[in-house]
Amino acid sequence: MLSIQKCNEKTIRMNNRAVNNDAKSSNTDRKTVDNSTTPLLNVHDLSVSFTQYTRGLNQKELKVITNLNVSINHGEILAIVGSSGSGKSLLAHAILGILPANVIISGNMDYKGVSLIPKIQAELRGKEIALIPQSVNFLDPLMKVGKQVRSSVNNGNATKIQRNIFQRYNLEDKVDHMYPFQLSGGMTRRILVSTAIANEAQLIIADEPTPGLDTGIVNETIRTFRELADKGCGIMLITHDIETALKIADRIAVFYAGTTVEIAPVEDFSGNGNNLRHPYSKALWKALPHNDFRPIMGHQPPPNRLPKGCLFAPRCDKATVECHDILPKASSLRGGMVRCIHAS
Amino acid sequence: MRIKRISTFIMNKSIRMATLLIAVCFISFVLISASPIDPVQSYVGADMTRVGSEQREKIAEHWGLDKSPAEQFINWGSSLIRGDLGTSMIFRRPVIEVIKTRFISSLALMGTAWLLSGVIGFLLGNVAAMKQGTWIDKLIKGYCLTLASTPTFWIGLFLLIVFAVWLGWFPIGLGVPAGVLSQDVTLIEHIKHLILPAITLSLVGVSNVALHTRQKLLEVLSSDYILFARARGEKGFQLFWRHGLRNVALPAITLQFTSFSELFGGAVLAEQVFSYPGLGQITVQAGLRGDVPLLLGIVIFSAIFVFIGNLIADAIYYFVDPRTRGGRAI
Amino acid sequence: MNLGRKNISMIKINNIKLSIQKKLNRRQRTLVITIVAAIVLTSILVGGLLISDQRIATNFEQKNLSPSIEHPFGTDWLGRDMFVRTIKGLTLSIGVGTLSAVISAGIALTLGLLSATMGKWMDRFITWLVDLFLSVPHLITLILISFVLGGGMKGVIVGVSLTHWPSLTRIIRAEVMQIRSAEYVQISRKLGRTRKWVAIHHILPHLIPQFFVGLMLLFPHAILHEAAITFLGFGLSPHKPAIGIILSESMRYLSTGMWWLAFFPGIFLIMIIRGFDILGENLRLLVDPHNAHN
Repeated sequence: MLSIQKCNEKTIRMNNRAVNNDAKSSNTDRKTVDNSTTPLLNVHDLSVSFTQYTRGLNQKELKVITNLNVSINHGEILAIVGSSGSGKSLLAHAILGILPANVIISGNMDYKGVSLIPKIQAELRGKEIALIPQSVNFLDPLMKVGKQVRSSVNNGNATKIQRNIFQRYNLEDKVDHMYPFQLSGGMTRRILVSTAIANEAQLIIADEPTPGLDTGIVNETIRTFRELADKGCGIMLITHDIETALKIADRIAVFYAGTTVEIAPVEDFSGNGNNLRHPYSKALWKALPHNDFRPIMGHQPPPNRLPKGCLFAPRCDKATVECHDILPKASSLRGGMVRCIHAS
Repeated sequence: MRIKRISTFIMNKSIRMATLLIAVCFISFVLISASPIDPVQSYVGADMTRVGSEQREKIAEHWGLDKSPAEQFINWGSSLIRGDLGTSMIFRRPVIEVIKTRFISSLALMGTAWLLSGVIGFLLGNVAAMKQGTWIDKLIKGYCLTLASTPTFWIGLFLLIVFAVWLGWFPIGLGVPAGVLSQDVTLIEHIKHLILPAITLSLVGVSNVALHTRQKLLEVLSSDYILFARARGEKGFQLFWRHGLRNVALPAITLQFTSFSELFGGAVLAEQVFSYPGLGQITVQAGLRGDVPLLLGIVIFSAIFVFIGNLIADAIYYFVDPRTRGGRAI
Repeated sequence: MNLGRKNISMIKINNIKLSIQKKLNRRQRTLVITIVAAIVLTSILVGGLLISDQRIATNFEQKNLSPSIEHPFGTDWLGRDMFVRTIKGLTLSIGVGTLSAVISAGIALTLGLLSATMGKWMDRFITWLVDLFLSVPHLITLILISFVLGGGMKGVIVGVSLTHWPSLTRIIRAEVMQIRSAEYVQISRKLGRTRKWVAIHHILPHLIPQFFVGLMLLFPHAILHEAAITFLGFGLSPHKPAIGIILSESMRYLSTGMWWLAFFPGIFLIMIIRGFDILGENLRLLVDPHNAHN
């Protein structure tokens, strides 16, 4: 509770600083602009590629994220939905600036209107931007979990804060002294979330936070995220599970082969999906068990065999000649974003 | 629960050691019985021509050499169990005594080298991994790979040329100065003779630990938990101190304990170069001069030595690593 | 924001530069190093075989000479040219090393295959055998075997061969276990193929590259141990120009300042061992696609 309130306070503090800035702000390059107009995070035209050695010592460039656009506002939960292996995690790593050294990044990322250059990223991660990773493997196997959560605390008495958070999540005292391998799935989840809360971050990126968990824990996680968002944090939820995304998110970005093909308010995922803008989103919606349960034919292209034009064109039944030639630009449509020349 | 775990561990290890030792004893004995080298001749040495056949038989009887190999093995084995390894032909003293005195001297050498190489190797490995791809990394890697290809005895010779012959800082050979009784040798004198062989062994020993630590830390650095630690804003030395060191220390320590075999082999060579009066030197003498009881004794002793190193390494994993220490809680 | 864009594009350019540099360097390095290593090794081998023994005949007029243009490695107390002796010694070392490494790798291949395909008891026995051979320090086993065989060339070769198979056996066993659990092998077994048929048709072909890499990587160890055992006086007769013997003889003359007797032969020995090591490692990089990405 305590820490979530703080999260909000901090936002307000930041705003105050913005009002009478320059004079007080020690960081002159970090200008904070008014919440209502500037999104918390804005990613524009982001591309990420890896250079990799293949057999025979040849080199290849793998484009894992292509011209991606996405934005998150304060108090909003944005779900990024896409099938496994579509490069979603790399988006999270790109925002945090923790991609390996052999990647090439282009495009633009702004946090509160400030460009996320590596130096700024290094300042912000673990303080204002936090990651909630997907599994127990992200915890140091030889460090007690209590200590790991305490090391995330930036302000105040680490032990007290950590204990408060654990208490809130019904983690007993003895859990402090457990090693990651001793945790159950539910406990792991709560501890990973705890690290972000201990951070008092304003932007939380949760990477597959509900993999293979029972509904109880999934609902608990969803509740936690909603609370955090209500206190003003922005949450980016990266998942392959559209059902969970529908339960929790305000907006949903549909991710396909390394780019967002559509961003839509969650309400648009209803009925027979007519409100949706992109053929892939529609197909995804129709593939759900409680809808038509009709699978999408074909496979998502791997990063080394991306099509030249629209990334979805090879599997799209509405595709025309132009679709195969040019990658459609992102355009606004009915309060959302779509990347399809046939969208209306 | 804990006591049960410890006793199971000790039980398993003892059985293992027993089978290995019995096999080592048996195979060594069979091998030596099949050897074309005449133990009587090696006992008598160069004076063979002056020894009559009657005397030879007496000697053979004294050593039990007139009996069948099976009987010999049983005799040798049963006294072995009583802790009697026989009498050394070269030193004319009980093998166990010879090994004991020589081992203490070797232990000083091996212990120093073991500690030095462990600490320095661990440091170098960590530095190399943290600075992966830089000139420091390349320098350390190059050094380790070259050292891994360098014969221990040549490093010894090299140090001998530089520090003993050219600079004259250290004596050229002999563990104790010639003509002085070993009891009268001062501690400083001992240490003076220890330095060069210990450095030789350390120089070689560094390579293994450093390369393994480097590899292990690189693995750790590319792990998910390091990624997450970086996502939480940790970096540089803090990151290494909190998560790197913790995860590479245990493998490095266990590796160092499993290196007893190379350490022993290295000591044999270093002692030969510097005429250091340790176990290694008499191993060579026993082999060259056909001192069968001593050679057998050393083989068994070295097997125990190596086994103890492996035992400690296993015990560390079994009882120190939290992942295996208490068994799974859930 | 402008600053950010500029920075990101700068990173991009730097990354591209870096990756091009790496690519060229790496390709060149691997190739150049492999070729250089192979040339050095073959030329020493050929040189050692071609140079006649007359070149190392005793010549008292030229004894104890320090290195010069005529005698790049100097001469010893019998006036023998140390360069020629070194080359001849290395040729011998390479020969002994090759033979021992081949025998050792053969043992490893056989035992590894047996261990992984002939049932639980065979596996246990061979694992135990590996542990047994690793339970005594290599050098001690070598001394024991040399002693038993009465020293000489035979002792060295048998000794080195019998001490170097355990680690490769472990690798091969693990490799076979992995192949054996692969789906297509399982199916083949279910289709009624015998163990032997599977071993020969499915497992052996996969092992060949592993085997050659393992063999190459055995060389340095074999040569190192050959030199060590000869140095200790167990191996070859003192008349043979083995590196170990050269170095062990040099010890008697070091105090008189004849450093070249030990220095150059040792440096060349290291070069040879490192050369084989590099060849083996590069071969491994080519064979093993997992490592090709590093």
